[in-house]
Amino acid sequence: MDSPIQIDFIRWIVFLPLLGAIVNGLLGAKIQKSMGKGAIGLIACAPVVIAFGLSVWALFILIGLEPEKRFLIDNLYRWIDLGSLKVDMAFMIDPLSAVMILVVTGIGGLIHIYATGYMHDDNAFWRFFAYLNLFTAAMLTLVLGDSLLLLFVGWEGVGLCSYALIGFWYTDHANARAGNKAFIVNRVGDFGFVLGMFLLFWSLDAQGHASLTFREMVQWAPTIKDMMIWGMPVATVATLFLFVGATGKSAQIPLFVWLPDAMAGPTPVSALIHAATMVTAGVYMTARMNVFFSMAPDTLNVIAIIGVATALVAATIALTQYDIKKVLAYSTVSQLGYMFIGVGVGGYAAAIFHLMTHAFFKACLFLGSGSVIHAMHHEQDMRKMGGLKQWMPITFATFFISVLAIAGFPPFAGFFSKDEILWLAASNHHWVIWFLALCGAGMTAFYMFRQLFMTFYGECRADHHTKEHLHESPSVMTMPLIVLAAGAVLAGFIGLPAVLGGSQFAHWLEPVIQAHAEEHGSHAMEWGLMALSVGVASCGAFIAYLMYRRESLSPEIFANLAGGFFYRLFDRKWYVDEVYQAVFVNGSLLLADLLSAFDKYVVDGIVNGAASVTRFISWLNGLFDQYIIDGIVNAVADITFWAGNKFRRVQTGNINSYLYGILIAVALAIIVKLRYWS
Amino acid sequence: MAPNELSSYLIIGAILFALGLFSVLTRRNAISVLMGVELILNSANINYVAFSHFGSGNTDGQIYAIFVIMLAAAEAAVGLAIVLAIFQLFHTIDVEAAETLKD
Repeated sequence: MDSPIQIDFIRWIVFLPLLGAIVNGLLGAKIQKSMGKGAIGLIACAPVVIAFGLSVWALFILIGLEPEKRFLIDNLYRWIDLGSLKVDMAFMIDPLSAVMILVVTGIGGLIHIYATGYMHDDNAFWRFFAYLNLFTAAMLTLVLGDSLLLLFVGWEGVGLCSYALIGFWYTDHANARAGNKAFIVNRVGDFGFVLGMFLLFWSLDAQGHASLTFREMVQWAPTIKDMMIWGMPVATVATLFLFVGATGKSAQIPLFVWLPDAMAGPTPVSALIHAATMVTAGVYMTARMNVFFSMAPDTLNVIAIIGVATALVAATIALTQYDIKKVLAYSTVSQLGYMFIGVGVGGYAAAIFHLMTHAFFKACLFLGSGSVIHAMHHEQDMRKMGGLKQWMPITFATFFISVLAIAGFPPFAGFFSKDEILWLAASNHHWVIWFLALCGAGMTAFYMFRQLFMTFYGECRADHHTKEHLHESPSVMTMPLIVLAAGAVLAGFIGLPAVLGGSQFAHWLEPVIQAHAEEHGSHAMEWGLMALSVGVASCGAFIAYLMYRRESLSPEIFANLAGGFFYRLFDRKWYVDEVYQAVFVNGSLLLADLLSAFDKYVVDGIVNGAASVTRFISWLNGLFDQYIIDGIVNAVADITFWAGNKFRRVQTGNINSYLYGILIAVALAIIVKLRYWS
Repeated sequence: MAPNELSSYLIIGAILFALGLFSVLTRRNAISVLMGVELILNSANINYVAFSHFGSGNTDGQIYAIFVIMLAAAEAAVGLAIVLAIFQLFHTIDVEAAETLKD
């Protein structure tokens, strides 16, 4: 292994946002008072923009290198040196990290700028940006960390910031609850992640190659190929654990429930954390550990099944939602499901590609919905919107482009990335998964166009007062929208399908992702599948058009299918929250009650019993002391007193009687002397 | 019984001792008791002198007799002072009246 190239500025990509967070977090209140919100915005945005500049610089350095030497490292110091566990505080950039930091700092920077407009009326402006910067720093640590442990530091950091930002408007109890829910659900996943990490470290250690550094782990991965644990290959178990972590962070079944609730946070947060960056951490992690995942076909099958199930379930729920952000939230869950389908069929590069394009159009959609919400005075119900096209042309245009992108119409970004995943599923003969994913794509087109028509077309259903104040958002908010929309149009072209010249993107990731999904299929088949997916998307869009634009097809027809069973099921989100409430939350509470009762009656009983027994023994001891010991002492005194009293009689004071006594005693003495001792 | 024999002196001493003892035990008058004590002491003196004269061949017994006479004088003085104190306290010199120690 060549010694990697040491580049010193990588640390600043992480440290600059961290610095912004520290300055705003500690001094923000004062700065905001004395210098205004502009200064706060500058302190928050500048580090992210500079970090983006550094990321671009690093990208150019990478491009200038041979593909197999594309690895930059910035080693700060040895963090942990404990037996065979040696971890450096080191950041690294390879092609995969480069993509991630460009997404995080680029899209993150745009969202920062947007947020200075969106959050302008909020008094806790500085606190918001301190969290946002801290989040960016944590996310960058996650993608730049050169070891699984440092990745985990960032992993936890983004979880913390996510909690803080979801509950940002904490005075509303529901928001605080949503924050708690996100944090607790993520902890379940984190537990799996930690177990997976331990298991990998343990098995590598058993082979004499203890390391948590990605490069070394990848290098020594083949050594654990034949190791078994609990009757299964170690790689399968470890990757399953890691995938549990990914389901938490990336909102997959069964841990996706936190993400829709996370919409309680401010909209820029939803865009940054719950659409573009944090939720993709799981996908990034699986791509980063692709060597291990590829060693475990069973895990990949599980991932593909979970991914397609999530994509479908979330899409069906999104069909019935009326909250503009909830639709996008379920859409995000659904798209993350697609990314995991990509991972599951072995297309890590395709998953990362979809991650990147999704970051563009989903951030654009969220920011667009934020722009709408901003204009509508924090109204999120689409039934009260409509016809906004005429008041908000820029928001409408960018939103429309992003809808086309997510629905998968060529030549927008989503078409290329989603089609890549579908094609990989089909070409590897995962036909069931392919078919279900295709259905999901149709639903995606339907609910996105439904949202588009309900929000921007038709009559405005807002009340009079709101209507009067409708306005396009300020340019600080629309500019990021335009940039993101441009990304949604153009980002797809770096990952063209094989028939159109092959994916530059997959080629770029090759040094990191050695594992390839094999493609078995003719060009004709690829063309055919592509046409089919566009056709399905068009169908979805056309049904939405009929229902919500022409209104010639009543949504009631579908709602009343099977007696409204499906509609209720989707509308109630498959009753997942209810089931979790009944099983896990109430189960936990019941367990807590039981433990509390155990504590109260058994543990406290034992303690109190011990105390009572001690008290009883002390009482007995006291009695013994009082009656036996004192009794003996008093008895001695009493007997002495009594005897003295009796013998006092002898001392009559009568001299004669004394003399008789003396006489008798002397006589006796003489008799005894003469009789026995003579 | 020859007059100039040890036994006759011892008999006289014994008679004197018995008389003294009788006086001490039976008299209720304190002065009579003291007089009984004097008799006992003098009977002892007779024994000393008799044994000195007939027995040991030295004068130790006679010196002891002088000691006893001196002691008897001191005893008489102390005894009479006690009798006087008893009289002042009880207005009698009956020894059986002085029995307050009993209570």
